[in-house]
Amino acid sequence: MLTPEQFTELEAMTARIIPSDDTPGAREAGVVWFIDFALTSFVAAQGAVFTDGLAQLKKDVAAAHPGSASFASLTEPQQDVLLTRMENTEFFEAVRFATIAGMFSLPKYGGNKDYIGWDLIGQEHVFEFKPPFGWYDHPDNQQALLGRVL
Amino acid sequence: MPQALPASTRTFPTDTPVDFVVIGSGPAGGSVARELTRKGFNVVMLEQGRAFGPEELEHDEVGAFFTERWTNSSESQPQTYRTTEAEKAERRPFVGYAKAVGGTSFHFTGNYWRFRPIDFNEFSVKGGVDGAALADWPISYDELEPYYTAVEWAIGVSGKANAAPGEPRHSRDYPLPPLNVTGPGVLLTHGCEKLGWSSKPAPMAILSREYNGRQPCHNCGFCLAFPCEWGAKSGANYTMVPEALRSDRCELRTECTVRKIETNNDGRVTGVIYFDKNKREVVQRAKAVVLCANGAESPRLLLMSKSNRFPNGLANSSGMVGKHFMFNGAALTRAEFAHEVNGHRGPVVSRISHHHYELDQSLGFTGGGGFDFRFDVPAILTAASLPRSEPQWGSAFKARLKPWFTHSLLSYAHTTSLPVAKNSVSLDPELKDALGLPALRTTFKEHEHDMRMYKHFQSLGRELLTAAGALKMHDDPINETPGFTVHLLGTCRMGNDPKTSVVDKYHRAHDVPNLFVVDGSSFVTSGRGQPTLTIQALAFRAADHIAQAATRGEI
Repeated sequence: MLTPEQFTELEAMTARIIPSDDTPGAREAGVVWFIDFALTSFVAAQGAVFTDGLAQLKKDVAAAHPGSASFASLTEPQQDVLLTRMENTEFFEAVRFATIAGMFSLPKYGGNKDYIGWDLIGQEHVFEFKPPFGWYDHPDNQQALLGRVL
Repeated sequence: MPQALPASTRTFPTDTPVDFVVIGSGPAGGSVARELTRKGFNVVMLEQGRAFGPEELEHDEVGAFFTERWTNSSESQPQTYRTTEAEKAERRPFVGYAKAVGGTSFHFTGNYWRFRPIDFNEFSVKGGVDGAALADWPISYDELEPYYTAVEWAIGVSGKANAAPGEPRHSRDYPLPPLNVTGPGVLLTHGCEKLGWSSKPAPMAILSREYNGRQPCHNCGFCLAFPCEWGAKSGANYTMVPEALRSDRCELRTECTVRKIETNNDGRVTGVIYFDKNKREVVQRAKAVVLCANGAESPRLLLMSKSNRFPNGLANSSGMVGKHFMFNGAALTRAEFAHEVNGHRGPVVSRISHHHYELDQSLGFTGGGGFDFRFDVPAILTAASLPRSEPQWGSAFKARLKPWFTHSLLSYAHTTSLPVAKNSVSLDPELKDALGLPALRTTFKEHEHDMRMYKHFQSLGRELLTAAGALKMHDDPINETPGFTVHLLGTCRMGNDPKTSVVDKYHRAHDVPNLFVVDGSSFVTSGRGQPTLTIQALAFRAADHIAQAATRGEI
C-alpha cells in the first residue's frame, strides 16, 4: 500500500500524464487509487519499480528545486520539465501505463471513477449497440463508398 | 444473460472403468463428449478450469489481459521459452489459452473459416520447402466437409456460403445470415473493391439470430478475449458442454488437472491420474481416453505419461510428440481514418478477404492467408498502442486518445506457418509448476520463408488500407520470435506412417489402441489462420469413428 506521501506524489504524476483540462483527467478518474490497489494485488511484483522511482523523484526534486517540499508542490511547468527528463526510465513508463490502465479499467479496480475515462474516449458503458455503429457503416455512406448497402 | 451451465446428472465411480475419459472441455473435448454421449456412451470429462457463472461476465479488460482471470496462469503454471535447442530456456509466458469450461472458445473471437482443399494437400501440389516438414494430411477436404457442415449447424455459425470466388464446396449454407456489418467491414470491402480483390461476409461462431433457444449478438463489441454475456458466441461452454451434460451420460469434473495417462503391461490405457480441486490425487479408470487438452498441453501430458514401456513418453515411438509446433503467422498494421469507425461496437470481425489465400507462384511462397479489418483490443491496450512517434503523455497525448479510439482500426493478415521439426513443446528439465509437474517449454523460431511471407502480407495490408482511404499507417513489427501465441497446432500430427506421425487418420495413437488425441495438435499444416472450426470438425469426425470402432469392439 502506498504511503500518504507516495500517494500524493504519484497522483501528481498521473495528473501530468493525463491532465485535467477542458475535460476531467487522471486526478478526477481516481487513477492513483487504481495504482494503489494494483500494487497490493496483481502488480505487486512491480512494487520496487514504484518505490525506487519515487525515491529517485524525491532526489530529482531536491536537486532541481532546493527547498521544495515535493513534486506535487511544484508548478505544472516545473513538473513537466522533470518528467521530460525521466521519460525514458522504467519508472516513468510503469506510471504512464498504470495511468492508462487506471483511466480505462472497470471502476471496481479503483480508477475510471463514474466511467470518466470511458466518456473521454467514447467507450460507452453498455452491453448493446444498434447499427449504424459509426460513419462508414451508415447506409448512406455505404451507398456512397460501395454503391450498395451490405 | 445466458443460462448457467447445467449440473452433471451422473456420478461415475472412479474404480470402475467408464467408457471414455475426455480430457478438456473446449471445442474438441466438448464436441467429442457431446457426440459420444449422443451415441450412447458414458463420459467423464475433466477440465482444469472452472465454470464461470453468468453473473461473472463483464467487460473486464484487466481480467482479460492482465490478471489471467480466465486464462492459464503464469504463476502457478510457469513456462519457459528458447529460440533454439542450443539455448537454455528462460522463464516467460509464451503459450496462452482459456482455462475455463469451454476451453479457448470461452473467450474466442469466433472466426470460423473452413479450410480449403489446398490446405490438405499443398505439399504434393506445390512441393516442399527446405527446413520445413511439409506433408499432406491423410484426409481430404471432401472427407471433412460433412463435419464442417455438422458443426456449423450444431452450434450456430453466421455467414454466407459461396459469397466469393475460390470458396470450398459447402454441402449446405450456414444456418444463420451474416452478422451486422461494421465500419471496419465496410472499409475492408471498399479497399478490396478498389483493388479488384474479393471479399465476403466473415463466417463467425456468433449468432446473428436467435438459435436453439440462445440469444443473438447484441453488438457489445467485447468478443476477443472476453466471455460473451449474452451467450451469443457459439463456444463449447454454450453449446457442446451443456448438451453433453443434458444427455444424462456425462459427468463434468472441473478444476481437475491430469498429470498422467496410465497404461498397463499390454500397452493399453487403463485410466488417468489427476489432481482434483483440492489438489488430491484421484485415479479414474477408463476403457479409453480421448485427449483434447490443446496443442501445448496434450503433448505435454503425453510426455509426462512416460513409463517403462513408453520411456520417451506415451504414443511417442516416432519421437514426434511435441514437434512441429505452429501458431499461424500474422502481419498487423494500424491505421486512422477521417470519420468515426467505432469498431469497438459490433462484432470484432464482419468482413474478410481471401483473395490471397494462395499466392502467385512467382513470388516463391507456399501457403497464403486472409485479411480482416478490426478494432481488436479494448480501451487500455488501444490507448497504449498510440504510436511512439506521437505524444505519449500530457494534454497533447490526451487529445489524441479519442480520435485514436474512434477513428482507427487494425488491418490483420492471418497466414500459414510452416511445420518445422525443431519448433517444439517439451518438458522443462528444471522448472516445475505449482503441482510439481515439469513446466511447459517452447522452442520456436520463425522459418525464414515465413518471415518473408509475413512481410509480403504486411505490404499487401498497407496497399489495402491505402485503397480504403487510410490517413496514417503504423506497422506492428514482425519478429522471428513471437511474443505470445494462442493458436497451438501441429504437435501430435496425424498421418498414415507410425514412424513420422503420432495419430492415425482417425486420431487413434499409432502406439496405443485405446488412446485418441483430438485437438489442434492433430494438424499436419497450419491452415490460413483460423483453426477452431477445423479442430471442431475433426472432433466430430473423430467421435463418429471412435463410436463406430467402440461399437464393433475394436477399441
